[in-house]
Amino acid sequence: MSDQNQPQPETGPSAAAQVIEPWNLRESYTYDRRAIAEIRRAANTGIYRIRGWGAKRELPTLDDLVFLGASMSRYPLEGYREACGTDITIGEDRAENPVKLDIPITIAGMSFGSLSANAKEALGRGASEMGTSTTTGDGGMTPEERGHSSKLVYQYLPSRYGMNPDDLRKADAIEVVVGQGAKPGGGGMLMGQKITERVAQMRTLPEGIDQRSACRHPDWTGPDDLEIKIIELREIVGHRVPIYIKVGAARPYYDTALSVKAGADAVVVDGMQGGTAATQDVFIEHVGIPTIAAIPEAVRALQDLGVHRQVKLIAAGGIRSGADVAKAIALGADAVSIGTAALIAIGDNDPQYESEYNKLGTKAGFWEDFQAGNDPAGITTQDPALASRLDPIIGGRRLANYLKVLSVEAQTLARACGKSHITNLEPEDLAALTVEAAAMAKVPLAGTGWIPGATD
Amino acid sequence: MSTIDLAETTLRELNRTLQSASTGSFRVTNPRGAHAVAAGLNSDIEVEIDGPVGYYCAGMHQVGSVTVRGNASTGLAENIMSGTVRITGNATMSAGATGHGGLVVVEGNAGARCGISMKGVDIVVGGNVGHMTGFMAQAGNLVVLGDAAADLGDSIYEANIFVRGAIESLGSDCIEKEMTDDNFAVLERLLTASGLTARTDEFRRFGSARQLYNFAVDDIDAELANNGKASV
Ligand SMILES: Cc1cc2nc3c(=O)[nH]c(=O)nc-3n(C[C@H](O)[C@H](O)[C@H](O)COP(=O)(O)O)c2cc1C
Repeated sequence: MSDQNQPQPETGPSAAAQVIEPWNLRESYTYDRRAIAEIRRAANTGIYRIRGWGAKRELPTLDDLVFLGASMSRYPLEGYREACGTDITIGEDRAENPVKLDIPITIAGMSFGSLSANAKEALGRGASEMGTSTTTGDGGMTPEERGHSSKLVYQYLPSRYGMNPDDLRKADAIEVVVGQGAKPGGGGMLMGQKITERVAQMRTLPEGIDQRSACRHPDWTGPDDLEIKIIELREIVGHRVPIYIKVGAARPYYDTALSVKAGADAVVVDGMQGGTAATQDVFIEHVGIPTIAAIPEAVRALQDLGVHRQVKLIAAGGIRSGADVAKAIALGADAVSIGTAALIAIGDNDPQYESEYNKLGTKAGFWEDFQAGNDPAGITTQDPALASRLDPIIGGRRLANYLKVLSVEAQTLARACGKSHITNLEPEDLAALTVEAAAMAKVPLAGTGWIPGATD
Repeated sequence: MSTIDLAETTLRELNRTLQSASTGSFRVTNPRGAHAVAAGLNSDIEVEIDGPVGYYCAGMHQVGSVTVRGNASTGLAENIMSGTVRITGNATMSAGATGHGGLVVVEGNAGARCGISMKGVDIVVGGNVGHMTGFMAQAGNLVVLGDAAADLGDSIYEANIFVRGAIESLGSDCIEKEMTDDNFAVLERLLTASGLTARTDEFRRFGSARQLYNFAVDDIDAELANNGKASV
């Protein structure tokens, strides 16, 4: 950052537009260099692009909302003195042992396999220190992650890789995965480079295959069946732990309503920005709706059924900051879940590996090839040498610090709005900066009373 | 043998009793299509269910034996780990789905997607099986004494499917394979264990062509760079 006045190419979402070209060169808006590069890539390889990370295109986000803060008509709370609760409890109605979280930020499901054992350990350490949960993923539960996570959510996925009733009984909650924001309607993927002997064994697959997991559950086909499936799961674990249902943000009103009907204690709604370990780029960028549009629809379903704040809503997809946490909760979520940001916190895309990113034809901050297994930061890999670069204890400390910041930032905003508990935030505390955000979030455009599409 | 009458006892009470018993035999009467009957059993007990059951009977079964005298609905013995589950009647969809081990015997017919995503379980079906049986089957053996409906073994991995009767069609990447001595031995063992009679030489074996295991990736640029020309 030597000279702030120089153009800084490739540092923002519209990087290509910022590059200064000679006046006689005109880049096509339609066939811009990204489109040209992709056509050339497809012509060379004959295979669609598979990558990690989430949607990279410009989308309406929670940044398009602002808090109004307290003023004449309501008073704020003192930032350092007055209490502002951040705890939430999931499943108190139906589970003998509800999940009690100290902060409303959980670590999303990411499998051992997609992540190294050290990365899973770092996530477990950081989350446990902050009194929140981690989640298994499409590949079963490892003893290491159970050991390092004080609260562990066990995912129940279409593939049922490594699904084991003993692990189910060890879980603090069960999350039935119907879909994921990065790919609603798609199954998991893990490329051959990452199907090592241990990963293959856990998933009962031949070593080195390109795993394409099932996209539908094998033994239920709709919400009525799922209701019975949840009865079975509760019977197997003796009604001890809560059951979540995770859906990709597609039709959040109906998906949430049907999840409630199926008997979920919590619904996880994952917006299209949500990260993934490996998915077709065309899926990541073109299926699903943004998180800001999904939360209010899910909340409306919960309200229509009279279970808002009783059946919990966990929002995910693109949550980066305490502001995102507070806004998601103000829109009506009870908690958020983070994937990509947690990986960045423990060291993903670390500039100290810049030269190695360059060798892979990319840069720190741009690297997205979680599927490739050659992660310079040692996080999304099964290569022992690379994996050893991540110290799980230091990674855990970094994650704990980051979660602390998210939580305190969210509290700061809640106090500014005069709330003694973060879940007291409400849409009334928000205004939108764009017409799109106003319509999607169903809060007024700033300075007006206008909510596009509202009927009264 | 203790008898538990599901007309008098709740499902929770029944499963609690079965899940906490360490030995013994139990007879369950009046199941009347109840769901998740005898799910999650984890000790060496014998359970006999007199009548039809609903979804997920003996789900995630781990140890001991469960016998259903009647029919079963979706997901019989889904994700079974070991032990035995037997049913004298027919099973609807997804019998033995994702099972990791143990033995499932369906004396009648099994519906669609029997043995879907199976991961090591052995399944023996006395009658016919429905469409997409053995879909994405990863490991284990599926024996069918009757006929198989369309798309048998679609996208199968390393599981073996043995069929005695007619096959409507094979799913993608599923092919007929030679019967080896090992295959005959496995088949013999499973037929004996199931108590169903058939001659092993009447069966054909199906498995993976392994054409879907890896993506086909071209790289014309690399070919040109390395060889100065590319194949056509
Ligand atoms: C490396 C990686 C692996 C993932 N694996 C799974 C998985 O196994 N199951 C699942 O439901 N979601 C998986 N996800 C999605 C996350 O659970 C979560 O929905 C998403 O990361 C949230 O969006 P964010 O990354 O913007 O925070 C994965 C995400 C990443 C980045």
